[in-house]
Amino acid sequence: MKIDIDDLHKAFESRVRLGIMSALAVNDSLDFTFLKEYLEVTDGNLATHIKKLEQEDFIRVEKSFIDNKPNTRYHMTGKGKKAFNDHLKVLEQIINAKNKNK
Amino acid sequence: MKEERDYTQDLAEIRSMMERSSKFLSLSGWSGILAGLYALIGAYIASALFHFNPERMRPGNLESTGTASNLSEVIGLALVVLVLAVGTAVFLSHRKAGRKGETIWNATSRRLLTAMAVPLLTGGLLILILASNGLIGLMAPLTLLFYGLAIYSASRYTYEVMKYMGLIQIILGLLAVEFIEYGLLFWAAGFGLVHIIYGIYVYYRYER
Repeated sequence: MKIDIDDLHKAFESRVRLGIMSALAVNDSLDFTFLKEYLEVTDGNLATHIKKLEQEDFIRVEKSFIDNKPNTRYHMTGKGKKAFNDHLKVLEQIINAKNKNK
Repeated sequence: MKEERDYTQDLAEIRSMMERSSKFLSLSGWSGILAGLYALIGAYIASALFHFNPERMRPGNLESTGTASNLSEVIGLALVVLVLAVGTAVFLSHRKAGRKGETIWNATSRRLLTAMAVPLLTGGLLILILASNGLIGLMAPLTLLFYGLAIYSASRYTYEVMKYMGLIQIILGLLAVEFIEYGLLFWAAGFGLVHIIYGIYVYYRYER
């Protein structure tokens, strides 16, 4: 079986993006503030990474109002879930292949 | 080989991020140990000072499934134990979360509490209704049962071991219904001993 490091999706190169996807993989949906505190990043930084993932159609945004305050929630799309799981699988394969070669 | 990224490290980090974002891991082992001690002291006071000794359930004679010379004192005592245990848990979790730079009021703790709230409120109201009808013998078994259900369903949002603690409380609760005259003993075992063992386990496993 051929394992290619190129199979690792570019969207997951960044730690912040990987963090967003990891958190969304195990939660139905999360809001901006939670992600910001959880990943310890600035508003601008998080917004940039979220936009990238949105462009890939990996996550989707829901805007709503809670007590007249805007609340932005994010959840993973089917495509995002598949890409994330594939990413984990490739990582595992790389690790397994490496251990065998030792 | 050229630049080696440590993929094992990557994978471990992803797994830990997935766990941390879905589980509340600031519960302190000490709060389990202290809650257990409060429960043991409370059970002793109920039995020795208030003579809380429910009798065996008999068909057609359900009203007399319990006698307590001071029912309101027993209920008051139970509430004091509850407030102490919850207060200790909140205080110690707050400290532990603070050390990790987290807060205790976040998405995961809210989910943990929501999962516990429905079984606990249901059980609490049921016990009050039964007690107001004189069925006080069922107080100890039912607190064990509903508490067991609550922490079993909440275990998804915190340490895995809580699932087993929930199952043990449920089993003790069922036994306490069957052997209702030993209800207080089962209660002391469940809320006292099991909590202490759980607390010691969490302390050694996650906090040292």
